[in-house]
Amino acid sequence: MINRLFTLLIWGLASCVLFAFGWLMVDVLVQGVPMLSLDFLTSDPIRSGRAGGIYPIIVSTFLILGVALTIVLPIGLGSAIWLCEFSNKDSKIVSTIRLSLDVLAGVPSIVFGLFGYAFFCGFLELGFSILSGGLTLACMMLPILIRTTEAGLAAVPNEWRRAGAALGLSRTTLLWRVLIPYAAPAITAGLLLSIGRATAETAALIFTSGYVDRMPESLADSGRSLAVHIYDLSMNVVGGDKAAYGSALVLIMFIVSINLLANALSESWMQKRVSRQ
Amino acid sequence: MTQSAGLLIQLSHIKKRGVDDWLCLFLSGLMGLTVLLLLLIVAFLILEAWPAIHGDGWRQFLRSDGWYPLEGKLGLLPMFWASIAVGVGALLVALPFGLGSAVFIAYYAPKVIGKPFAGVITLLAGVPSVVFGLWGLTELVPLVNQWHPPGASLFTAIIVLAIMILPTISLTSYSALLALPTQLQLNSAALALSKKTMVVGVLIPAAWRGITVGVLLAIARALGETLAVLMVAGNVVQMPTGLFEPVRVLTANIALEMAYATDNHRAALFASGLMLMFVVFLIALGASKLSKKEMSPI
Amino acid sequence: MKQTPKISNTYTLGSVEQGAECCEPIPHFSIRDLAVSYNQKTVLSNVSLDVYKGCITALIGPSGCGKSSFLSTLNRLSDMVPGAKVTGTIEFEGQSTLANNYDVESLRTKVGMIFQNPNPFPLTIRKNLELPLRERGIKKKSVLESKITSALKEVGLWDEVKDRLNVSALSLSGGQQQRLCIARALVLEPSVLLMDEPCSALDPISSGVVEDMIRRLAGRYTIIIVTHNLAQARRLANYAAFFWMKERVGKLIEFGQCQPLFESPQHSLTAAYVSGERG
Ligand SMILES: Nc1ncnc2c1ncn2[C@@H]1O[C@H](COP(=O)(O)OP(=O)(O)O)[C@@H](O)[C@H]1O
Ligand SMILES: [Mg+2]
Repeated sequence: MINRLFTLLIWGLASCVLFAFGWLMVDVLVQGVPMLSLDFLTSDPIRSGRAGGIYPIIVSTFLILGVALTIVLPIGLGSAIWLCEFSNKDSKIVSTIRLSLDVLAGVPSIVFGLFGYAFFCGFLELGFSILSGGLTLACMMLPILIRTTEAGLAAVPNEWRRAGAALGLSRTTLLWRVLIPYAAPAITAGLLLSIGRATAETAALIFTSGYVDRMPESLADSGRSLAVHIYDLSMNVVGGDKAAYGSALVLIMFIVSINLLANALSESWMQKRVSRQ
Repeated sequence: MTQSAGLLIQLSHIKKRGVDDWLCLFLSGLMGLTVLLLLLIVAFLILEAWPAIHGDGWRQFLRSDGWYPLEGKLGLLPMFWASIAVGVGALLVALPFGLGSAVFIAYYAPKVIGKPFAGVITLLAGVPSVVFGLWGLTELVPLVNQWHPPGASLFTAIIVLAIMILPTISLTSYSALLALPTQLQLNSAALALSKKTMVVGVLIPAAWRGITVGVLLAIARALGETLAVLMVAGNVVQMPTGLFEPVRVLTANIALEMAYATDNHRAALFASGLMLMFVVFLIALGASKLSKKEMSPI
Repeated sequence: MKQTPKISNTYTLGSVEQGAECCEPIPHFSIRDLAVSYNQKTVLSNVSLDVYKGCITALIGPSGCGKSSFLSTLNRLSDMVPGAKVTGTIEFEGQSTLANNYDVESLRTKVGMIFQNPNPFPLTIRKNLELPLRERGIKKKSVLESKITSALKEVGLWDEVKDRLNVSALSLSGGQQQRLCIARALVLEPSVLLMDEPCSALDPISSGVVEDMIRRLAGRYTIIIVTHNLAQARRLANYAAFFWMKERVGKLIEFGQCQPLFESPQHSLTAAYVSGERG
C-alpha cells in the first residue's frame, strides 16, 4: 500500500516537473512563434523594440561572444592543459589554483558584472562597449572552461601517457597526437556548454556592454545582447512582451541547439570510452 | 645505417627537448595569466569595497534602520535575509521535485518515458534565466496577483527560482544514483525489500554525497541568481516577513543601483558582491570536500 | 620455418629462428644497491644484480613486492610517478642511468617496455607504429613502411593485419593488441625489452601466442619479464630473480640461472614459493 502510494508520489512529482516545463515552453512557443519571421531576424528594432526586429542585437550578441572566445580560448585551454599535464599535482599552489577556479566558477554573474563595470568600463576606460562586455564574459567563462577541459583530459586513460613515455615520445607529441584528439569531443562539449552559458548571460552584461539597441559600429561601441534585450523589453518597455517572447524563442533555440550538440558529442565520447574497455 | 639512425635520433632529440620545454613554458605563461586575472578580480572587488568595510565600517551593514543609501543608511540585513529566504525557500520546493524526478528517471520510468524526460530536464537546465524571469513576470505574477496581490513577491520568486535550480538537483542526483553499484539493487531485491524501502532506505542514502553536492551547487546558483529574481520579487527593501510581500535580494540590489551609486553607496554594493563571493567560496569548499574523488593522471 | 627479417642493431647471440641459448654472460644492466621509495616509504631495497645481454631474465615473487617498481627504474619511467624516489646505481651500456643529466628519452628508445594491459593508442594500427618513428625524425614513406612491416612480421601479426593497417588498433583482440604494443616497442630497434606481466591480461591461447613470440625474440634482445606464471618463467627464462617482502619492504632474495633456481633453490623462501606454486 505504502509502496503504491510512493510510486504514485514519484509519478506525481515527475508530472509536476513536466507540467511546469510544458507551461513555460508552450508559453514561449505560443507567444514567440507568431513573432518569428525572417523579417524579425533581419530588421532593426523600432520604438525601443516594440516593433521591428532584432538584427543589430543578434550581431552584438555574436560580437560579444566573439571577443570573449578570442580571449578565453587560448588562455583557458592552455591553462587546462598545463594543469592536467604539466603541473605537479601534489603542490599546494596547484590545489589552491584548482579551488580558486571552482569558487570562481560558482561566483554569481552579477559579481563579474560589478568587476567588469568597475575595471573594464571604469578603470581601463573602455566605457559601455562590446569590448567591455566580451572581456567580462571571458572572465566568467574562464574558470568553467578550464575545469571542463581539464576534466576531459583527466579522463584520458593514464596508460597512454605511460606508453608514450616508455616509447620516448615527447609530451608535446603525445598531447597533440593522442591525448587531445581523444579528449576533443569532451573538450568541445565543455566549450559549447560555456558558450551556452555566456549567451544566456544577462547580469554580467547589463552594466558592461550596455543597452544601446542600434547596430554597433565598432567593438568600442555599446551593443545590446539578446538576453539583455529580453530583460529590457519585459521590464522597461510597456508593450514589449510580444517582442520579448520572440527574442526569447530565438535565444532558446540557439542555446538548445548548442546544448544538444554538446550532449551528442559527449555521449558519443562516452560510448567510445565504454567500448574501449 | 645504424649509425645514421643513431645520429637522427640524437638530432631530433635535441630539437624535441626544446619543444617540450617551450610548450611547458608557454602553457605556464597562460596559467600565470589566469592566476593574475583571478587575483585581479578579487583584488579589485576588495579595493572598490574598501571604503565601506575598512576599520569597522562593515558594521554599518548590520544596522537595523534600513537601506537608504542617499541618507547614508546602508543596512544590508533585510536584503541578506531576503536572499536567504528566497534561496532556502526555492531549495525546499525544488528538492522534492528534483530528487523525485531523478528517482523517477532512474527507477520508475519505463524506458520510453525516462529518456525523453531526462532530455526535458537537460533542456530546462539550458533555458536562460532571463526567460524564466520573463515567464514569471508575464504569467506567474498576474496569477499570484489575483490570489494575493501584489503578485510580485517572495512567493513568486521562490517558485521561479525553484524551477530554475530543479534541473541542477535532478541531474546531479540522477548521476549519483546511476553511479551506485548494481549490486546494491540486487541485494535489496534479494532481501525482498519493497521498491519504496529500497529507494528511500538504501539507494538514496547510498548516494547522499552526490545528492548533497547537487544541493550545494543549487544553493550557490539560487543565491547568485539576479535577474530572474529581480523581475518577479517586487524589489521593496524590507524584511521577508510574509510569503506574499515583495522583497529585494542582494543580487537584485546590485543590479538595480549599480548604475547610479557613488562613493560609500557604491562601495557598499561592492561589499555585498564580496559577501556573495564569500558565501559561494564556503559552498564550493564544502562541495569539493564532499566530492574528493582524485582524478589525477599519472 | 619462416625467415624472420633481419633487423639492424641487434645482438647476434643466437640463431634468429630459435632464439638464443644464453651464451657468455655480458652484463647489459648492472644494478647495485637499488632502492625505491614512494613518499618516503621504502618499498624495495638492496637490490643488486646483473642482467645479461641477450638473455631472458624472469622476475618472480608475490604481488606488491616491488617487481613493477624495479622494472620502471630501468627505463626511468619511475620519473613520472609522483613521490617516487630511486637510489643506488644502474649502469647501462657503461653509463649510469640514474644520473641527473642522463638522456632519458634516448634511454627509453633503447629500452622498450610492455605493460600488463595492452595499451595501443586510439589511432590506426599504422599510426601506432609510425608515431614513435616520426618522433625520431624518420619521415620517409618507404623507410616507415619497411620498418612497420618488419616489426609486424616479427611479432607474427603481419598476416593478420596486413589488409587493415588503417583500422583502429582498438578493434584488435586483446592478444593482438598486446603483440601490436610489442611491435610498437620493436620499431625503435631497442636492445632491451621490459615486460610487466605481458600475458596476465590475456586468455590462455593469446597468452601462448605471445609467449612463443617472446621466445623467438630471445637472443636478439635482452628481455626482463615479470610473470606470476612460474611454469612460464621456467619455460622462457635463462635467469630468474626471486623477490619477497620482508617487513613490508621488497627484497631480492635469490638470483641465478633459471633451472638451478627452480630445481635446487639456495634459499628456503625461494623453495617454499617455487614449490607452493607448483603444488
Ligand atoms: N605510485 C605509487 N605510489 C605509492 N605506492 C606505490 C606506487 N606504486 C606502487 N606502490 C607500492 O609499492 C609496492 C610495490 O608495488 P609494485 O612495484 O607494483 O609491486 P609488484 O609489481 O611486485 O606487484 C606496493 O606496496 C605498492 O602499494
Ligand atoms: Mg606489478
